[in-house]
Order: sequence, then C-alpha cells, then structure tokens
Amino acid sequence: MKTIGLFRFLPALTSFSIAFFIIFSPALKAQAPDDSLSTTSPDALAVSIAPPTSLVVFDYKYDDGEALELTWVPSVDDLPVVGKVTGYELYRSDNGGEFYKITELIPGSNNFRDEDLSTGVNYVYYIVALSADARAASVKTEAIQTHREWLNFNLKYLFLIALIISASVIYFIETARRGKKLFVRKIAGLEAVDDAIGQATEMGRSILFIPGINDMDEVQTLAAITILGRVSRVVADYDTKIHMPVSRSLVMTAARETIKASYMAAGRPDAYSDDMVHYVTDEQFGYVAAVDAIMVREKPATIFLLGSFFAESLILAETGNSVGAIQIAGTARPAQLPFFIAACDFTLIGEELFAASAYLSGEPKQLGSLKGQDVGKALAMLVILIAVILATISEIRPLETVRYVLDFLIQVFTIKT
Amino acid sequence: MRREIPLLITGIVGVGFVIQYFIPHAPFSYMSDWFSDWFSIIGACAIVLGALNLMKISIQKVISRKKDWGYAAVIIASFLLIVIIGMVEGKDFRVPGTNFDWLYRYMYIPLSATMFAILAFFVASASYRAFRARNFEATLLLIAAFFVMMGRVPVGDIITGFMPEGWRLSNLASWVMNYPQAAGQRAIMIGIGLGIVSTSLRVILGIERSHIGGGE
Repeated sequence: MKTIGLFRFLPALTSFSIAFFIIFSPALKAQAPDDSLSTTSPDALAVSIAPPTSLVVFDYKYDDGEALELTWVPSVDDLPVVGKVTGYELYRSDNGGEFYKITELIPGSNNFRDEDLSTGVNYVYYIVALSADARAASVKTEAIQTHREWLNFNLKYLFLIALIISASVIYFIETARRGKKLFVRKIAGLEAVDDAIGQATEMGRSILFIPGINDMDEVQTLAAITILGRVSRVVADYDTKIHMPVSRSLVMTAARETIKASYMAAGRPDAYSDDMVHYVTDEQFGYVAAVDAIMVREKPATIFLLGSFFAESLILAETGNSVGAIQIAGTARPAQLPFFIAACDFTLIGEELFAASAYLSGEPKQLGSLKGQDVGKALAMLVILIAVILATISEIRPLETVRYVLDFLIQVFTIKT
Repeated sequence: MRREIPLLITGIVGVGFVIQYFIPHAPFSYMSDWFSDWFSIIGACAIVLGALNLMKISIQKVISRKKDWGYAAVIIASFLLIVIIGMVEGKDFRVPGTNFDWLYRYMYIPLSATMFAILAFFVASASYRAFRARNFEATLLLIAAFFVMMGRVPVGDIITGFMPEGWRLSNLASWVMNYPQAAGQRAIMIGIGLGIVSTSLRVILGIERSHIGGGE
C-alpha cells in the first residue's frame, strides 16, 4: 500500500468524526438529578446524631454505563466545632436485594463515585453517619440505572486541539511533498550521528545502542527503534560493528527486524547477524550491570542512549563517559535529561528524540511533519501569552469579562476524564 | 506485501485507538484493555525467546572459550539455579521462607541495591563536571543549584535566619523550583506532547517506515 492511499482516507475519517459528534449529540443528555431525589426512609436506626441529608444520585456522564455519582449534605454533627461524626458508611441495594456496605468514608465527605457498575440494574443507596455511640441513616434514594454514552463530551476541546495539530502536521507533509523547501533548524546531536559512527569505524571499535528499559508499548522505545533504523543503515554502509543489549524480548525481536531490514536495504544481508541484538534481563539493575560490563570490556567508540530511562540513566552515561566513548543520548523523561546533559556529548531533549528519525531521513514529507509541530508550539505560546496577560490584568483590576475569558481558557486546556 | 500488511495493521489500529479515546461506549471502551491483555500475552510468550537467546549466546561463549567466557558460565549457572529451584518449589515459590525467596531476598535484592548505590558516586562526578563555571550558562546553573541545595537543608535557613521570611534560602529554593524550573519543564513537556502526536501520525499514515526497514 502506498502512503498516498492512507492520505486519501484521512479527509473521510475527519468528516466521519465530525459527523459522529453532530449525529449523536442529542443523545448526550445527562440525567437530571431531580429524577433521583431521595424520598423513602431506611429501617430504624439510632438517631442521637443528625443524619446526612439531601442524598442525590445521578448517572455519571460520558461513560460506558459503569458509574453513578452520589452527593449529600454531611450531618450537622460533622461540623468541625461539633466533631461528633467519626465517618460514614455507604450502602447499596442491587435490583431490590439486600442492602450491603460498599464503602467507608471519612468525616466531612460529601460525594462519592460508585464505579464498576452494570447497565440494566436498579441501584438504591443510603448513607449512614457514624459517631462513637450512634448511627444515623439518610433516606434512601429512588432506584436508578446507569446509562451508556456514545461520545465523551468532556474531551471536546481536546478533540478540537488534536484535530488542529494533526491537520497542520498533515498540511505541511503535503506541502513538503509538493516540493516546497521547508526550513528545519539544525539539531547538533543528530548532526553528530554520522561522525560518531565514522569515528567508531576508523577506530575499529563497536557501537553500542541502548534503547531504554521500557517495552514496545512505550512511544520512546518506538522512537528509539526508528532511529536505530537510520543508524544501522549507516553502520551497514560503513561495515561497523553494532551491539545492542536489550531488556525486553519484544524490543529484541523488533530491533532485529529493523537492523536486518537496514542491512538488506544497504545490499549487505550477509553481514547481518542475530547476535547483534541480544536479550539480557527484564530486571532494571541487572540490565544496568550487564550493560556497564559490556562498556568496560568492549570499550565501544560510540554509545547511543535513546529511549525511556529511569534511575539507570546516569549510571550508564557516566560509565560510557569513563571509557571515553562519544555519547548521544535522548529521552522524553524530563527528570533524566539533566543527567544525560551532564554526562553525554550530545543530548536530544524531549521532542528532538521524536524528531530524530524524520530529521535523519531528510525526506521532505517527514520534515514536513516537524514543521506541523511548530504550529502546535505557536498555538501553545499564543495561549500562554494571552493567559498570562489576562491573569495579570485580572489581578490588577478584577474585570468580569477578563475573568470569564480566563476561566474559559482554563476550561479548554483542562482535561476532564 | 511484507511491508504493506504491517503498515495497514498499524494504520487501522492507530486510528482505532484515537477514536476509542473519545468514545466511552462498548466495544471501544474495551479496546484498550483487550490490546493491553494481548500485549501482556505476547510479551509473556516472548520472554521465552529472550531467555533462550541469553542461554544460546552464553553457551556459545563458553563452548568456544571466547574472551571473558567465565562471566557467561556464571550467567548459565545462576539461570539454571533459579529456574530449577523455582520449578521444584512449584506454585508457592514466592512464599516467604522458600529457597527461591531466600535467593531473592539475600542475593538478588542486595546485588540490585549495590548497583543502585553506585548512583551516589556517579551523581558526585557528574555534578562536578556540570557545575564547573566554564561559561555564563554553567555559572548560572551553579548559582541556581547552590541556592536550591542550601535551601533544601536546615543549615540554609539558619544562615539566612536574620533575613525577612521571603528572602530566606528555603523560600528562594522553592521559588526556583516553582517558577523557572517548572516553566522550563512544562515547555519541554509541551514539546514532547507535540512530538508524540507528530511521530504517531507519521507511523499511522505509513510515512515513518524505518522500524520496518524504510523504503517505499
């Protein structure tokens, strides 16, 4: 299948998504809390403390019919000055069966989300306030069922933002495909890749490629494997030795396929060996010990540390530094970046790790995708600037319109699940 | 077809995952769990491949007496020891008091902790290099680090106890962490988010193919 084939699907997919929202929006009515106001009383219980009141249950919106929300007014004996209430117990009955305790709550609680429920079941609740020597129950709620929703409207702004960014990425890919020259700033760490491999070749020493310690379900590992594709192509051309110890079996399989394909693309399938990539262990520090030992014994000329790293980042980078290797590191874990910057020659910071494969390929359509990212950055900068100005104005002189716009921006950029 | 089929599967599953995030209704609501379960199943099967590969490489090294073959012999012995003890002890192998548990507690955990402890020395050597005031940026880093480190220990506030509340080292350290540091880190996070979107789109659309060997 050609890439263009997928492009043809994209407008249809976008239209389909928008149409989906429009068609199903009338079905997204939240159940009115009034329908489920409490009316009946539970069995007699001690009442030397005041019970919680106004227990209301309503369907949790925008889910697969798995949750109900409960709110209530705490017992008047739950006020800090009174302090009689020691906690609450919430009871539930399913389809008219016996009531049973579903949770215990601390004093001052006034809401609870009951999850892992099923559709088509009638749920009734009541809540009991507890003190050292008494219990006081609220009235029972009306029976209520959960409802399934087709769209999560809590995510509507996220959907729009994702659509804008995706559209800009695709627009620039298409622009680049039509032949327009796009400026992409130089990334020092990636400019050094060819030189680093060349140096290893000249010195007759190996290249060590460490793809982090996460599995293939981590996007950073995927980014590392895509960079490996480019690196191993150059390695195959230069006839350099590459060594890749991994901590996940699936990464081993994927990396082998990637290197093998690169050697075939370079016209040197005979030079490929499965032993270039080998599994060590899933255990974090066991892996670190093995990789450190490889560094100390083999003294590789170039070390790539690309992917997802945790506490092992500095141990690996410092050992690499001590054997005098050129080190090119990259991760999207901000906490590990300072360690790489301190110990490595070049560090790909965050987004540069994801840009690396496109950058190294030099293909216009891949570089176009990097340009599309810039639209997202410009949007983020604009919104941050506007929000900072509005927040400052609102502090100096509280204006209702300014507060409204600021609240709206906060709402747009807050993800509610 | 060797490239087209993986690309097609990636495209369909990728688009499916984007859609399922916005649709809470079944079957989309189950997609994430299904794929996570399948990933775990495939991963569990693949561990056999990994273990076999480790054994194969180690045995080859010992048989052909390659350089440092002694380490490979230790790997084989350790691997066999832990596997055999685990299998002999059956499904209760992780219960405290078993031989497997003893090996885990008194061999694996101390070895692991030893590797982790090395980090303390590496932090010292890396900090020394990073904080050398070679240029303006490194000097700025040194000054910021000095204030943050001093502000995080009681002696910082003792030294600056005579100053107004907001000017003490602990407050200064908090300010550095809450404003310049948090702002820089969030900027990196925004870039990472956009990078992930862009990479995902390239993979889903089949533009990024280097993980399957590149080419058209």
